[in-house]
Amino acid sequence: MADVALKSVTKRFGETVAVDAMDLTVADGEFVVLLGPTGAGKTTTLRLVAGLERPDSGSVSIAGRDVTRVEPAARDVTFVFQQYSLYPHLSVRENLAFPLRSPARRLPAAEIKERVDKVSEILGIASKLDNRATRLSGGEMQRVAIGRALVRRPAVYLMDEPLSSLDAKLRADLRLELKHIQHNLGATILYVTHDQIEAMTMASRIGILNEGRLIQIGTPREIYESPRSLYVAARLGQPSINVFPAGLLPDGGVPAGTRTIGARTEHFRIAKSLNGKAQAKVDWIEHLGDQSHLHLSVGEHKLVTLADPHTELKSGDAVTVELVSPLCFDAAGERIGGGHA
Amino acid sequence: MAEIRVESLRKQFGDFVAVKDSDLTVANGEFFVMLGPSGCGKTTTLRMIAGLELPTSGRILLDGEDVTFKRAAERDIAFVFQLFALYSHMNVRKNIAFPLVCQGMPRADIKARVEETARLLRIDHILDRSISGLAGGDRQRVALGRAIVRRPKVFLMDEPLGTLDTEFRDLMVRELRELHNRIGATTVYVTHDQLEAMAMADKIAVMNRGVVEQFATPQEIYDRPVSMFVAEFIGSPPMNFLPVHSSLAKGAKTLRVNGAMIDVPEVREELAETELALGVRPEHIRLDDSSALRGSVFGAEYLGTTQIVTITTEHGPLKARVPAAVRVADGDTVGLTFRGDRLSLFEKASGRAIDTARRLGGAHG
Repeated sequence: MADVALKSVTKRFGETVAVDAMDLTVADGEFVVLLGPTGAGKTTTLRLVAGLERPDSGSVSIAGRDVTRVEPAARDVTFVFQQYSLYPHLSVRENLAFPLRSPARRLPAAEIKERVDKVSEILGIASKLDNRATRLSGGEMQRVAIGRALVRRPAVYLMDEPLSSLDAKLRADLRLELKHIQHNLGATILYVTHDQIEAMTMASRIGILNEGRLIQIGTPREIYESPRSLYVAARLGQPSINVFPAGLLPDGGVPAGTRTIGARTEHFRIAKSLNGKAQAKVDWIEHLGDQSHLHLSVGEHKLVTLADPHTELKSGDAVTVELVSPLCFDAAGERIGGGHA
Repeated sequence: MAEIRVESLRKQFGDFVAVKDSDLTVANGEFFVMLGPSGCGKTTTLRMIAGLELPTSGRILLDGEDVTFKRAAERDIAFVFQLFALYSHMNVRKNIAFPLVCQGMPRADIKARVEETARLLRIDHILDRSISGLAGGDRQRVALGRAIVRRPKVFLMDEPLGTLDTEFRDLMVRELRELHNRIGATTVYVTHDQLEAMAMADKIAVMNRGVVEQFATPQEIYDRPVSMFVAEFIGSPPMNFLPVHSSLAKGAKTLRVNGAMIDVPEVREELAETELALGVRPEHIRLDDSSALRGSVFGAEYLGTTQIVTITTEHGPLKARVPAAVRVADGDTVGLTFRGDRLSLFEKASGRAIDTARRLGGAHG
């Protein structure tokens, strides 16, 4: 068992409450991604689990053991940072093997070799094993850094935006690989990012943070389809969810108290106006290559949805827009009527 | 306002040819993006347009005037590097005014110009605030304001969003393009990020090893790539390539891929038996159990409205974009069909796109 549990953990830096009474459980073998903007408390949460920060109150336990007062080295966790830190004078192989050579582990040489070979294979750096670490590209260095965490097989992996320094293509490849590695090893991972694509594609569950608090935690589908608040709704989805006052568009009836409507592509029924009646005008269709965005104006309000790849609509067209089970929010931005989930 | 013309532009650093005889025309008011991997020559080309680098040969014309050997300061351009560098001890107004103060513009003119710029960026209500109290988005707008306040003929931007968080980057991409729509200044923008290029550009030049591989609108480049390099560089996930060993006859409308007959756009050239690549965009793949072409699901990446499914086939891995409502599990065996009219064909050795009805359809109306 290597679950992680935070119980009402609070961490202050002077006046700032970085983490505010956080309750969070990562089950054994689970891949939990914490998502939120800069300053939401993601990295501090990770550092609290690692033992790099001490909580002001609350407790941290790993595999059922209270480690709140335990030194980082004795927690059996590895930490992958955003900025790779490799030993420049060592080869890739030696860098990967380094954590296994620590006196506390004393693994036999054959086992070290086997683990290093396997991990380097997975990460696509097998051909670079004998290169000096400094002779690698940035992407390769970061893969070595991830590899160094993987060879150790700790109870818990902690990762702080490990992919953000890589280029888009490599990031896409490694997302899928990391998910597979995690699945195959049954690894417990707590992962921090501000990239919603990483969160949606890799997480067993996503935790949405805001100002040090865990606002909602659930599977990517739950967070996407049933966000608890406008804040959560705005975290996932490209293009971003459209937010506008209730009554702007025909909605087929929304719960009492609804002030704000949140609508994604799948909540709109858009058609070219045939009888002169129209709610909106097509501003432009933005071709992003893989997908196209349809930009609409409803009076002063702008809407953006994914365009049907074979759409006949063009700039200037008048269109009818209807809402189909949109997300409804009250005056405080909290979701009303889970029935629309 | 200006048109930029680049004629047989070449730049060598010793033996290394950074830019090979490029020809480009950026029309007045156009948002032009140079796209390519690092080392492809895009930044060198930009620096030559700016006057920060002298070409080995060729000419650069700004509004018809030859500026090839003019100094940077004599060309009416603004070079934008990183957008977020602001003076934190000055307020918003002073930050935006700074380039004009440096030019020695009269105070009243500066005031008018700063306020006009702020209105354009919709930050006129925060002009007297201090920088340190601003939210990220407003900071970016202030930085932009400082770049545009001089009103140069041409903006040159070298990966200005490179170091931003993805969330901000998406926002700034949109704002940059909207700003361009409002002020319409000729812009040359360098990036290695194809999503930025697709989202902002009127025209894109895809560069590879010092050569402009394709120069066209984003949609044209996406739909009708001239080479495997371009096809793979654009699109997220990129185009899938299925290896096929075959000859091609003019007029052929199908291709045999390991026993399965696949519809392709009508072939318009003869080709002796050779190695080909069938190019398939992820959104042109459908999961269809009745298809003879089969594979097994390696993983599915949920994206909300859609998902990317990676499928292992005997032709290698394929990525398909399908609606999120389609439920698939790792290890499932699935059948695959392609949208025949949207496929591309390439000669593998050269990477060149083969002439088909699809490829020629766009170029000739």
